[in-house]
Amino acid sequence: MGDNALILGQRLGEWCGHGPVLEEDIALTNIALDLIGQARMVYQKVGALENGARTEDDVAFLRDANEFYNVLLVEMENGDFAHTIARQFYFSAFQVPFLERLAGSSDEFLRDFAFKSIKEARYHLKHATQWVLRLGDGTSESHDRMQLAINTLWEYTGELFMTDDVDLEMASLTGIHLEDIHQMWLTHVRQTLEEATLDMPDESTWMQSGGKQGVHTEHLGYILTDMQWLQRAYPGAEW
Amino acid sequence: MEHVADIPSRFIPLLDQVADPEIPLLTVRDMGVVRKVEEADDHITITITPTYSGCPAMDTIEKDLLHVFRNNGYPNTEVKTILYPPWTTDWFSEEAREKLVQSGISPPDHALSKAEMLGKDVHATCPRCKSQNTQRISEFGSTACKALYKCLDCGDPFDYFKCI
Repeated sequence: MGDNALILGQRLGEWCGHGPVLEEDIALTNIALDLIGQARMVYQKVGALENGARTEDDVAFLRDANEFYNVLLVEMENGDFAHTIARQFYFSAFQVPFLERLAGSSDEFLRDFAFKSIKEARYHLKHATQWVLRLGDGTSESHDRMQLAINTLWEYTGELFMTDDVDLEMASLTGIHLEDIHQMWLTHVRQTLEEATLDMPDESTWMQSGGKQGVHTEHLGYILTDMQWLQRAYPGAEW
Repeated sequence: MEHVADIPSRFIPLLDQVADPEIPLLTVRDMGVVRKVEEADDHITITITPTYSGCPAMDTIEKDLLHVFRNNGYPNTEVKTILYPPWTTDWFSEEAREKLVQSGISPPDHALSKAEMLGKDVHATCPRCKSQNTQRISEFGSTACKALYKCLDCGDPFDYFKCI
């Protein structure tokens, strides 16, 4: 949860000063801020569970790519605005039902984290959904580019719902089954694409995976270089 | 759900010296960010909760609170952050809402966000001319907690404080 939020937040932060219009520049970086805030909550909890052996900054800045467990989707490049929106749409459509379930957890931290984050995630999903509709059902140019982005990133969506050992443990502790979330995700994606006059990609296609096991695309290395170089070059430096 | 902040009245003058860094007309108490103040054996614990999880104002608010309390007879003050119950715009006082309007910000409107959830076309009220003939420009405004609107009558752009 923390790595997904941090890496997507870092990606969205790359739009700062480069948004297609001022309003979207602000929107994307505000979403980035929410996500980085969510990552901080998780990393602070990691620090607490380790009795302070690591701080939140250590967790974010001093791990290498193979120690990050984010899904591949969130490390994909920003591409054009349609690609950024497609990535956000796919991720937020997963995050909202996931957090809704997590809010029912008996674990105090998970519940608090979910209740706090869900309010933000709902806005992110609304924002991304509105753009999928506007671009898909817009001009022929915007339609084609939105469709291309939806198709290109599709193969990275399956990983969100692939169950590994950690997910099995989560299921036994919280009752959250990724297969249930998948059905809710599919419903939202299908409805939105149809309304946006976009084609649903082939659901049976082969899906990329590996991120949850620490096996990443080359993109993550570049993200970490940008994000971590200051702490690597000047260990312990404070802003 | 009722979540009234638990603040002994003797601490209110101190708390009210600390303004929200992004909306300086509002104090942190107006915002509902301060949830509790406890005193035990000369030790003060101030409990705060963030508006949004990434809100960059939180670090400043914590420093400002510590500064004010430590310089006013409470050297042993600490600030604790909690996430639950999550902050909501329902915690704005009437006074706070009025101050928002004075700052040119349309205060959160519960009826509005309910209508919006039902898919209705909604219009925040212009804080200047009170017109409801307004249009949303962007879901996100100058900070994460606000949306950007434009008044179609007086022509002014304004921030609307989103309900969360």
